[in-house]
Amino acid sequence: MTVHQLSVFIENKSGTLVKVLKLLKQEDIQLIASTIADTADYGICRIICSEPERAYTVLKEAGVAVSLCEVFAVELDDRPGKAADAIEIFAGEGISIAYLYSFLLNGKGVLIFRTDNSEKAAEIISANDLKIIREKDLSKLL
Amino acid sequence: MIWNPNKESMPREQMRELQGKRLHKVVDYVYHNVPFYRNKMQEMDINPNDIRSIDDIVKLPFTTKQDLRDNYPTGLQAAPASEIIRFHASSGTTGNPTIVGYTRKDVSVWSECMARCLTAYGVTRDDVFSVAYGYGLFTGGLGVHYGVEHLGAAVLPTSTGNTEKHVRLLRDLGVTGIACTPSYALYLAETMERMGITPDMIKLRVGAFGAEPWTENMRQEIERRLGLKGYNLYGLSEIMGPCVSYECECQNGSHICEDHYFPEIVDPNTLETLPHGQVGELVFTTLTKEGMPLLRYRTRDLCSLMDGECECGRTSVRMGRIMGRSDDMLIIRGINVFPSQVESVILGMPECAPRFLLIVDRVGNLDTLTVEVEVRQEYFDAGFDTLTPITDLEKKVAEKLRSVLSISVKVKVKAPNTIERSQGKSKFVIDNRKIQ
Repeated sequence: MTVHQLSVFIENKSGTLVKVLKLLKQEDIQLIASTIADTADYGICRIICSEPERAYTVLKEAGVAVSLCEVFAVELDDRPGKAADAIEIFAGEGISIAYLYSFLLNGKGVLIFRTDNSEKAAEIISANDLKIIREKDLSKLL
Repeated sequence: MIWNPNKESMPREQMRELQGKRLHKVVDYVYHNVPFYRNKMQEMDINPNDIRSIDDIVKLPFTTKQDLRDNYPTGLQAAPASEIIRFHASSGTTGNPTIVGYTRKDVSVWSECMARCLTAYGVTRDDVFSVAYGYGLFTGGLGVHYGVEHLGAAVLPTSTGNTEKHVRLLRDLGVTGIACTPSYALYLAETMERMGITPDMIKLRVGAFGAEPWTENMRQEIERRLGLKGYNLYGLSEIMGPCVSYECECQNGSHICEDHYFPEIVDPNTLETLPHGQVGELVFTTLTKEGMPLLRYRTRDLCSLMDGECECGRTSVRMGRIMGRSDDMLIIRGINVFPSQVESVILGMPECAPRFLLIVDRVGNLDTLTVEVEVRQEYFDAGFDTLTPITDLEKKVAEKLRSVLSISVKVKVKAPNTIERSQGKSKFVIDNRKIQ
């Protein structure tokens, strides 16, 4: 019930991010969402894209410090308070969110997140009928 | 196997006698041919006849790198120009380069000593041996080259650079031995891995590594990644080049070719001779050199000497691992710091690649030390997706360094392959302090 996310370790130096994005461009891989978490010296660029496994191989072969991980993608109605409702369910069960970002796709809100307990998070998602987006659905939405 | 048992396993008393005779001869030779030494000896009120046994060596003046620079280019040369058949020169990044002239006999002694080293590593006529030290003014390339030829093995003069071609030749020619710097050996391993060539696809069996400091951890890493056994090869161009000392199969110190290069250990501050077993600055006197013989040359390398017959059957004095350089030593907030200490910590961290950079700075009136380390590529395969493990790693390395160095260190983790690789000697330190 998860989707693949690329996590790229990049240094805060001009040219490092563009190198990663150009590699994806050359392979005709499309970004769906991305976000950067940073400190003074380096950051992590998290990327949801059209063909994550192929993108991972491409970046790895080019010597980019990349890992492929699994994150939850939940679809929400594009209305005020929907994100709050969803996160509240997790907080109520004592689950912490490690990181979260969101974007709009075809009029629907999408929340991408990772928790400190993936197993329990999956149970909560099922029990509360949250609408999960699967990887094949993501590329269909493009 | 021992190349020259006559010399390498000579009874101690006989060796001392030989050294005494040769020392007298070389002192007499420089006294009459090198004004620098004649003046020094006259100032000290000694003449060649005062040097009768090897114990008399302590009466002689020292020679420093600065003396070589002051007498640039050939002021310390003893042989007439017509007898010199080759020159080598040091890089000279910190002043005049050091130029060393060799006579035909010098080159032949060099080849002989180098053949001793190679034989101790187990190299025979049947081997194909790649020389991946730089060829040219640096003594590494040609020095080992002549030794391999003298031994009768086949030499592959690869030099440095064009590493992918080198890897292909290693594989296609079934090369069994290699000589290079330890950092180039790691670069070679990385190149091999990138090309998808595993150690079982090549036949390397023996590696002779030297020309820069390296540690036991680094040896294990090179041995694992190249599938060979790594031996220490020590030398310096002022004395000859690679061949001054070498490890045997026992790997308990490096045997010194002491019938040609007489070793002493002195206190770098007082210049007093220290007994064997104590760590101090290594000093060499060339006993047979003709081109540019040196008396009590201060190498700046810190190590200790070991006596006693080795299990391999050699009787020669052995030198321990180089602990650092008396001039590489950084003084940070009054504490002595050797890059080799940092290296041993980094190599003990499985998450880190064996590359690092020390950056010394002065902020206000306080010295700061930043250590940049590279994370291994494999580290990311385990599913890295938050910065916490990176910051934890920084803390872990910083704590370890603090306990080893006794000063606090800022650690900066770098992405794989971002710290510059050198194909010659590694540059480990950037000192930005501007001290007025």
